[in-house]
Amino acid sequence: MDKWVCEVCGYVYDPAEGDPDNNVPPGTKFEDVPDDWVCPVCGAAKENFAREA
Amino acid sequence: MAIIEIKKNIYWVGTVDWNISSFHGYSLARKGSTYNAFLVLDDKVTLFDTVPEKFKLDMYHQIHKLVKPRDIDYIVVNHVELDHSGALPFMVEKCAPEKIFCSPMGEKSLLSHFHKPEWPVQVVKDGESISLGQRDVHFMEARMLLWPDTMFSYIPQDRLLFSSDAFGQNIATSRLFDDEHDLNLLLSESRHYYTNIILPYSSFVQKTLARVRESGLEIDMIAPDHGVIWRSHAGDILAAYEEFASQKVKAKAVLVYDTMWQSTEKMIKAVGDALMEEGIEIRFMSLKRFHHSDVMGEFSDAAGLVCASPTHNNGMLPLMADFLTYMKGLKPKGRVGATLGSFGWSGEAPKAMAEVLETAGFELPVEPLRVKNVPTHENLAQCREMGRALAQKIKDKVAAQS
Repeated sequence: MDKWVCEVCGYVYDPAEGDPDNNVPPGTKFEDVPDDWVCPVCGAAKENFAREA
Repeated sequence: MAIIEIKKNIYWVGTVDWNISSFHGYSLARKGSTYNAFLVLDDKVTLFDTVPEKFKLDMYHQIHKLVKPRDIDYIVVNHVELDHSGALPFMVEKCAPEKIFCSPMGEKSLLSHFHKPEWPVQVVKDGESISLGQRDVHFMEARMLLWPDTMFSYIPQDRLLFSSDAFGQNIATSRLFDDEHDLNLLLSESRHYYTNIILPYSSFVQKTLARVRESGLEIDMIAPDHGVIWRSHAGDILAAYEEFASQKVKAKAVLVYDTMWQSTEKMIKAVGDALMEEGIEIRFMSLKRFHHSDVMGEFSDAAGLVCASPTHNNGMLPLMADFLTYMKGLKPKGRVGATLGSFGWSGEAPKAMAEVLETAGFELPVEPLRVKNVPTHENLAQCREMGRALAQKIKDKVAAQS
């Protein structure tokens, strides 16, 4: 499962960890994260993320 | 410093940093700066933000002119960065506040800066309000203006917005209001500040401005944490931020360079000549003379950037590497670029600079140009050709945005 990087602040979404503070359980692929989820650090929208190279 | 009443029973209790020359070590602040903090006298006496740790006693004495620090009930932390919270541990000790208000990200930031889980922190979310007695404070999350924890505090009864780092300028002055200064100077300083500090978060600025418009908040005073307070020109600084955040550019190019034996300088001058002939405004900036933040200040409204460096030890000269690293981090949008330079035996610099510009999202209409040792007339003609091609692209860019 790929990690995705927030292009605004640099936060890395790691599917193994998910984002449990915001109701995204560990093991959730980035593609399966809800569309209204935002970067937990800077609040950027999901569309501001790019697959980690 | 004298305390200054900015609205009835609302006082500036900040400090002026007359001697600072650099903002956080990355952007020059030749005119110094201020750290603004405010005390509201109401049923709940409330302090908004503090100052750097080294000014804690100045602030303490400011406050003492109005109330006993122990009389402070609430502290609002709009932003935890140390220029606004360095004196916070001292003030918490002296005031023993009933509550410290901050954003959800602010809570984490307070903990990882000061390691005081025992502080009476109360998290306020976007849109929440508290009452101070005669007044309310309405909190508005303003993430990435400038940090994830930043929030604005708005007092509707006074139509007053405490805006943290947004709308600031680096100016040390005892004249704390906008109408005590030349407006053009303030807007020019605001642009320099914006470009060097807030530019990467322009999309957040646009969102926040839209929210302020839609919410119908009546604002007749904006009090940022640096520089003057906007009371006569609040509309002008809001409009200026719309413009800065839109990154609208004009037919202008900044030509930034370093040079060893003036070959590279000759080359970039030839590029500049052609740009000028094509009607493009140009600005030459040698990195030996200008700091990277001054170059960015000039580049803020320019469509084009030309970078020239000779090759040194298989790469670019260090001042150019410094500038490019800094510029790329500020994420300017919608620009065109070109790179060139002389070399002795290997010649990697123009390509290396072009790679940085490419990853920074620049359009590069012309191949990097390099010349061995000293340019000939033919080489300089190639440089002029580069300038003409770039001029065309700059004109296209400017035309496309209107």
